[in-house]
Amino acid sequence: MNKDIMICGVGGQGTVLASKIIAAAAMDEGNAVHSAETIGMAQRGGSVTSHVRVGEAYSPLIPYGSADLIISFEPAEAVRNLIYLKKDGIVITNSVPTKPVTASISASEYNGVEMVNYLNTKCKVITVNSDDVCSEFGSNKFFNIAILGVAVGSGRLGISKETILKEIEARVPAKFIEVNKAAFEAGLKIGESYEA
Amino acid sequence: MKQYVMGNGAIALGALAAGVNLISGYPGTPSSEIIETVHKFPHEGVHLEWSVNEKAALEVAASAAYSGARTLVTMKQVGLNVASDPLMSLAYVGVKGGMVIVSADDPGPISSQTEQDTRRFADFCRIPVFDPSSPEEAYEMIQDAFEYSEKYQTPVLFRPTTRVCHAYASIDVDISNGPKSYEGFVKDSSKWVIFPRLSYANHGKIEARNVTIGEDFSTYRYNTSEGTNSTKAVIASGVSYEYAKEFMKSYPDYKLIKISTAFPFPEPFVLKELEGVSEVICIEELSPYIEEQLLRVVGKHHLALNVSGKLNGLVPHNGENSANQVANILSSFLGLENNAQSIDLSDMPSLPVRPPVLCAGCPHRGSFYAVKVAMKGKKAFYCGDIGCYTLGNAMPLDMVDTCLCMGSGVTMAQGFNWTHEDAQCFAFIGDSTFFASGITGVVNAVYNDANMILCVLDNSTTAMTGHQPHPGTGINLMDNIVDKVDITKVLEGLGVKKIITVDPLNLKASVDAVNECASIKGVKAIIFKSPCIAITKPTGKMTVDSDKCINCKKCIREIGCPALITIDGNVTIDTNLCTGCGLCSQLCPTEAIGGKK
Ligand SMILES: Cc1ncc(C[n+]2csc(CCOP(=O)(O)OP(=O)(O)O)c2C)c(N)n1
Ligand code: SF4
Ligand code: SF4
Repeated sequence: MNKDIMICGVGGQGTVLASKIIAAAAMDEGNAVHSAETIGMAQRGGSVTSHVRVGEAYSPLIPYGSADLIISFEPAEAVRNLIYLKKDGIVITNSVPTKPVTASISASEYNGVEMVNYLNTKCKVITVNSDDVCSEFGSNKFFNIAILGVAVGSGRLGISKETILKEIEARVPAKFIEVNKAAFEAGLKIGESYEA
Repeated sequence: MKQYVMGNGAIALGALAAGVNLISGYPGTPSSEIIETVHKFPHEGVHLEWSVNEKAALEVAASAAYSGARTLVTMKQVGLNVASDPLMSLAYVGVKGGMVIVSADDPGPISSQTEQDTRRFADFCRIPVFDPSSPEEAYEMIQDAFEYSEKYQTPVLFRPTTRVCHAYASIDVDISNGPKSYEGFVKDSSKWVIFPRLSYANHGKIEARNVTIGEDFSTYRYNTSEGTNSTKAVIASGVSYEYAKEFMKSYPDYKLIKISTAFPFPEPFVLKELEGVSEVICIEELSPYIEEQLLRVVGKHHLALNVSGKLNGLVPHNGENSANQVANILSSFLGLENNAQSIDLSDMPSLPVRPPVLCAGCPHRGSFYAVKVAMKGKKAFYCGDIGCYTLGNAMPLDMVDTCLCMGSGVTMAQGFNWTHEDAQCFAFIGDSTFFASGITGVVNAVYNDANMILCVLDNSTTAMTGHQPHPGTGINLMDNIVDKVDITKVLEGLGVKKIITVDPLNLKASVDAVNECASIKGVKAIIFKSPCIAITKPTGKMTVDSDKCINCKKCIREIGCPALITIDGNVTIDTNLCTGCGLCSQLCPTEAIGGKK
């Protein structure tokens, strides 16, 4: 399999765990995998990206116009990274915005709607509302696993549900395995409803 | 054993595979995970330490290398500036056991003060440098670096860049051999004591040796060449080689030369590969080092060769390279088609800017705010320093007037004191930075009788670089619980007259402490003590009582906590982010914010 998958969001949202699970699962299925993470200053609330390249790859970062799938934890971050998407690629994005402090101070009305609308004019988009999917789990910190479920359900990730679940179990603390699995299943349903 | 590891992990495991005996370093992005990886993997018999700073790390390793032990020293590129005093001299003295100094460069810069190039440092010190292009290569190359270091009895530099350090790949690892045995230190003052006579003699030997190494490197396995069409050639190094390859894989005929040892320059290899070539382009990051070496070779051998790169503007001087930028440069240089196509984004809406900020609940926010409140309307200068707390510069706190390099805030506050005697001069310094390079600055202030207020932001960790322990935490990398070095006692011992320790999340007590210090002459210190939220896992939450909230937005305007947001114009607390630190509740004029701490 040859696939470029980008995961993006805001520092602190748990994108790194999501990308590690995808990379590990792709490897479990016998693929060569390269990936790259944003580590450093940007992890404090800045824009962060993870690049996962399955199959033959030289550059650790996905070249522009080459990602098959963008998984975004924040609507504006999906737009910011859209340049990486293939012409027939797909975006799975959280519709709930993370308002930067600068926007709160200037009382800007950034609410993400414009971003989602723009994405819809450009490519196939699946939107997920993190507040809605995570409400039953009491915290948005399970969103990273839920959105993985959406990606698997959409059929665009190219990795089986079982392999991803196995990696989730291996990588989250024991006492959170059940809730993470539930978050994954919730996402899976949303993804499947978009399939086609 | 296959391991999926970060480039830094590959470097760590490569060093273990090489039988390293001692590893020292100081944290710094993008190098920190090298030592962290060693800590996680079996490494019995290896001495592992976070040193107090890079100079200490290099000196600890130097004597171990005099003993014949293999040593690894890790740091970010600016750390090499700090370690440059011992390194320059060590280059003259040499080593017995293999010594590899990893100095991770950061094109961009992504998380650094400068875009300096470690290859220049290697040239300046006249010692070899290795430049891996991928994690896979880094694992092998660090083992080669130990071999060359021992072969030529010299410390060697190893410089990955951020995209190699933070890329992941799956690598076949064998660290089963364990550390090497070594002879031990053999006293010989004519060898290990640097004196002018020794430096004079060794300088000559080093220059002669470097010619030999340049020849040796000409057959080095990672100086390679692909493709035969030789009218135009591409020379690349480090991750830029991977970017070039990403484009040139569709055009395998074209000549692509990789140089992994920029110094000593593998001149015979390059001369041979450039036979018949009339135009060459250098794709490298940071400085045009290889490009300048090529120009030297062109002059020396009267070659009819046009050299392109940064110096004639085809490659930018600043910032990092990328796959698409290199594809654009190469397609126009080689006259080949660039097939990359992305979606037309010319109508993209303006995106919210997202500068990094202090976390919700970060104790540093309280420290800065207390000083700001106490100094309102007064003339004051705020000398910042390097760490998470540099983010105190952001609006609305706006409490960092200067930031230069680690430890500089303490001494710069003194300079302002001498040029503006009517101002209160503050230095903000993190606990790790205090130990690394703040203490001598305090001695300077006491000795020269400066007026200043030192604010030590003690969050019990080295947060910015990924939460490493330091001398104040009482934990070291040999997993020993040791005596904590007590900042208060250090300051008392140095002669600081007034020292107040206060919880920065207690606004009133903090403001009082600042006011008290401001009323006294001399060197005063406030230790703002409260742990980083990333090492404490707080569970409290605050909420806004909408009946009491008058929507004045003072909380948002004054402290800029990312958990304070507005929804449809009303102030709300994002419970996913709030840690319940309670700072906002202490400044709300109507006491509308409450909850569990
Ligand atoms: C000479 C040098 N070495 C290392 C670094 C990397 N570095 C950046 S911030 C920092 C220390 C931060 O720790 P601390 O002072 O405790 O502040 P905190 O981040 O915890 O707020 C280090 C080591 C650097 N910038 N310069
Ligand atoms: S209590 Fe207030 S200042 Fe502290 S984290 Fe919560 S919202 Fe931010
Ligand atoms: S990581 Fe810790 S010190 Fe750094 S901004 Fe967050 S809370 Fe503050």
